[in-house]
Amino acid sequence: MFEELAGKPASWLTGEGNNSEIVLSSRVRLARNISNLPFPSVAKSEDREKVITFVRKAIQNDSQLKSGQLYSSSELSGLDKDFLIERHLVSPEFMREGDTRALFIGEEEKISLMINEEDHIRIQALRSGLEIKSAFELADKIDTGLSSTLEFDFDPEFGYLTSCPTNVGTGMRASVLIHLPGLVLTKEIENVISQVTKLGLTVRGFYGEGSEVLGNLIQISNQTTLGKSEEDLIESLEKVTQQIIEYENNSRKTLYREAKEQIEDKIWRAFGILQNARVITSNEVTNLLSAIRLGLGMGTLTEISLGTINQILLISFPAHLQKYFNKEMEPNERDILRAEFIRKKLGKQS
Amino acid sequence: MLCDDCGKKEATIQLTQIINKEKMTLNLCQSCADKRGFHSPFEGVPFPLAEFLSSMITPLSDIGKKPVARTEKEIKCANCGMSFSQFASKGRLGCGNCYKSFRTQLKDLLRKIHGSDRHRGKIPNLPGMEMEHLKEERKLQEELKKAIDEENFEMAAQIRDKIKNIQEKK
Repeated sequence: MFEELAGKPASWLTGEGNNSEIVLSSRVRLARNISNLPFPSVAKSEDREKVITFVRKAIQNDSQLKSGQLYSSSELSGLDKDFLIERHLVSPEFMREGDTRALFIGEEEKISLMINEEDHIRIQALRSGLEIKSAFELADKIDTGLSSTLEFDFDPEFGYLTSCPTNVGTGMRASVLIHLPGLVLTKEIENVISQVTKLGLTVRGFYGEGSEVLGNLIQISNQTTLGKSEEDLIESLEKVTQQIIEYENNSRKTLYREAKEQIEDKIWRAFGILQNARVITSNEVTNLLSAIRLGLGMGTLTEISLGTINQILLISFPAHLQKYFNKEMEPNERDILRAEFIRKKLGKQS
Repeated sequence: MLCDDCGKKEATIQLTQIINKEKMTLNLCQSCADKRGFHSPFEGVPFPLAEFLSSMITPLSDIGKKPVARTEKEIKCANCGMSFSQFASKGRLGCGNCYKSFRTQLKDLLRKIHGSDRHRGKIPNLPGMEMEHLKEERKLQEELKKAIDEENFEMAAQIRDKIKNIQEKK
C-alpha cells in the first residue's frame, strides 16, 4: 500500500509557503471526543468500532472531505505504519497498538484524521513553510464541518474535553518544524531554546521527545491549551517563530563574515559525500542535507534545488526508501540503495 | 564498524546514553540490538506524561510510598466508574463526564498545567441555551474589560451585574 504516494512530495515538504528556506512545515492538530462514549484508552472494542462508524458517517456528510480515503489500522502493515509516520500523517503513538483505529487521509494530504488515538478524533492540518494561520483555518473548517454531524464533548468552563488534561480547552497543538544550522554552529541555540521555553512554548528535536537533534531541525509548539483562544496561541507561536528566523539569519551572516571558508568547506564536503557515498544511513543523509540546505539558503550552492533536497530527505527515510523501490530490505541493503539513489539524483552515476 | 556485542556483524545502530554526565556510545548490529531490547525509535516510545501528571497530583510526602488501601470512600466517575486515584496513576481520564465528577480536583491541576482553569477558545454550535449564555457571557466579559480600561466604572458595574445574572440563570 502507498507505493504511489512514496514518489510524491509529502505535503510538509513541498517547499512552498512563507519562509520555506528556514521553516520546513507548520502543523495544527485539534483533539475532539464524541459525547457519551468512553475515551479510547478505556473504551471496549465495540465502543471504538462505534466511534469509527460515527466518524465515517460524518466524513460522508462533509463535502470538504469528499476526496479522501479512510484506512483501518488492521489493514496496515508495520512498514505502512512507519511510512505514514515518516510522512507526518500519523503520530508514533497512533501506531503503537493496532487496536481498532482508523486513519483518514484527505486530498493532497493536507488534512488527516486519526481516529481512536488518545482521543476519538485528532484533526491534523499540515502545510509546508510558515503557514500556521492557514493550517489552523483549514483544521477549524474541518472541525466545524464534522460537528454538524457529530456532537463533541464540550464543557462551558473547560472547553473541549480530552483524554489527557494537558490538551483540554482548545484541544489545539500548533507546531513548526524549523531548520537552524546557524544558531547551532554559533552555539546560540541553547540560549534561544531557554528563552522560547520561558514563553510557554515547547521545543523538541526532530522526531519528538528526547531524541537527539537530527539535522539541526527543531520543533516548536504551544505548551498550554487552556485559558487562551486559538488565535492568541497561534499568534504567539507565529511571533516567536518570526523572531527565531531573524536570529537564524543574523547568525548566518556572522558565520559568513567570520568563517566563510570553514562554512563553505562544510557545505561542499557534505555535497561531496552525498555525490560519492556507497553506503549511507538515513540519519547521516539528514545531517548532510542540513549543510546543503544552508548552502542553498546562503547562495553558496546553486547546483541543487530545494525540491531535490526535500525529495532526497523524504526518500532516504527507511520506510519511504522501501516503498519507493517497492521492496522490503534489511538496513545494510537500504544503506547501499539509498547511496545509489542519491548519487543518481546528484548527477553521478558511477 | 563491527558490532560491539558480537563482534561479527556490521553495526547498524548507534546507541548513545548519558549516565551521570558520562556519554557512552554503543555500536550494535540489528540482532544484538534486538537482544538488548532496543527497537526502532517509533516503537514503545516512553511517555513520561502520566508519570509527570501523577507526581503533580500525588502529595510530595506520598511519593515513593506504596499505595495504601483506602478505607474512606473515593470519588468515582458516575458514568465510567474511573476513580480519581486511577486517573492519577494513568494520567488519562475515562470519559467526558470525568471532568464533571472530578471538577474541583481538576481545576487545581489545570491551573498548575495551563496557568488557567477557564476555556477562552472556540465554542461549538451545540443545541441548548447554555452555549448562547456562554457566548453572551464572553462578550460581556470583553466589554467589562474595555470599560475598566477606559475607567468607565459606572458602565463596568452595570456589565458586572449582567454577567452575574447570566451566571445565576445557569
